[in-house]
Amino acid sequence: MNTITEQKPIEEIKEYLDKDEKVYIIGCGTCATMTHTGGKTEVLEMKEQLQEAGKEVVGWMVIPSVCDDLTGDALRENAEVIQKADAILVMSCAFGVQTVASFAEPWNKPAYPALNTLFIGKGNGEFGVFSEVCQQCGECLLGWTGGICPVTMCAKGLLNGPCGGTNDGKCEEDPDKDCAWTLIYKRLEKLGKLDVMRKYYPPRNYQKVQRPGRVLVEIERSQE
Amino acid sequence: MAKSLREALNSGKFVVTGEIGPPKGTNIENMLHHIDLLKDKVDGLNVTDNQSSVMRYPSLGTALLIKERTGEPILQMTCRDRNRMALEADLLFAYTRGIRNVLCLTGDSIRVGDHNEAKGVFDLDSVQLIKMVRLMESGKDLGGNELDGAVEFHVGATVTPEANPIEPQLIKFEKKVEAGAEFFQTQAVYDLDKFREFMQYARQFEVKIMAGIVLLVSAGMARYMNANVPGISVPQKLIDEMASVPKGKGNALKKGIEIAGRMIGELKEEKVCDGVHIMAIGKEEVVPDILSAAGL
Repeated sequence: MNTITEQKPIEEIKEYLDKDEKVYIIGCGTCATMTHTGGKTEVLEMKEQLQEAGKEVVGWMVIPSVCDDLTGDALRENAEVIQKADAILVMSCAFGVQTVASFAEPWNKPAYPALNTLFIGKGNGEFGVFSEVCQQCGECLLGWTGGICPVTMCAKGLLNGPCGGTNDGKCEEDPDKDCAWTLIYKRLEKLGKLDVMRKYYPPRNYQKVQRPGRVLVEIERSQE
Repeated sequence: MAKSLREALNSGKFVVTGEIGPPKGTNIENMLHHIDLLKDKVDGLNVTDNQSSVMRYPSLGTALLIKERTGEPILQMTCRDRNRMALEADLLFAYTRGIRNVLCLTGDSIRVGDHNEAKGVFDLDSVQLIKMVRLMESGKDLGGNELDGAVEFHVGATVTPEANPIEPQLIKFEKKVEAGAEFFQTQAVYDLDKFREFMQYARQFEVKIMAGIVLLVSAGMARYMNANVPGISVPQKLIDEMASVPKGKGNALKKGIEIAGRMIGELKEEKVCDGVHIMAIGKEEVVPDILSAAGL
């Protein structure tokens, strides 16, 4: 599972950096490298673009996984250079941006996102194509839908079958996308479980989707 | 109208409903004219709800205007723009103003309309909406609370008899029946043989079915719908017939009226279904002509 991102338009990034002259760039060696949005190549391209825009790039690094707490160590190891910057530009998902922002707080350095975080997804076999896998609805239905998620894959998130907009197994919204309920129908038919498609699914319980999410996992500590 | 739509459907007569498309703006004169023109010629008038995801004058307000003008409104309600609370509140209001027919729809995708940056709500789907109306009739809301005064509605839904693939649509149709839909208005049908096949299947359920009739105004429109509108398939024979008329003002429209009238007449004569729902989409003026062409 990866976080799928896209690069923001350079104009938006320049707007963030409007009052900052010196910039430090952080790339990510995991998801953003895979999607070619924040790996080493993209970091170096960004460096060039910012220099063309009259900014001074005081340094850069690609951290293995920016979302990880080890990012704190990486930042501290490079503290001398980073402290010369007015701002940190983070070429990772929003998780990484928040991690950098919190570790950079003691130095009073703002962290700006260079990417938009789109969804949690996976490569679907076709080169360069990524699909969303889960919207974290908190009420997993996959057991009733042949392992295909209607909350994520149906543009309307319908729970009781396809809408009238589906055509030849494609989605009303985008004919390049499959109709989730046609896929579910075919899968359940193959499994000999079409009866579960006739089951009525009540309205979703949005209490399950916590905003902001916070879960306390109770772990029994071993008695020493 | 003397009779309610439910009474009309239960009387065994061949029922006809029409459709009012509210305007984009406050100039409602033309719409009021259409309501007055059609209200006594049909057994009910649907009011579309931000049709095709284009923001317009509201369906609830229009249904109220039809009621005030002594017509029989069929309130279309989609799940696209309102969450369960807003839908429930609208139903309470509709009931107190004498609106009794509600057509429960999922709603088109936001992306196909004129506010494509808006949030699509879809808190409920059409099956859940039907169930919700039935629950409110029992005196409760979806939060599990008691209502101080319940509602009572004649609940309708839609079905696409020529969807491809058809099987998932039929499963959903059956779920709508089970949830409590009493009548169905279908997506536009043009191939009556295919529709007869659908009716053979649908007759096993105790629901009333009205065939959707969309007026053809040109051969180009038919080709466009075949290419772009899910579940609509105009047979080549009808396209050729539309194309056969000499070019000139009104000829194609006259042909379209003739075809619609002929199809309605055939459905009525052979008692294929319980009625028709005529969608003239911008040509409401000619609905009386379609009815005369059908011998109604």
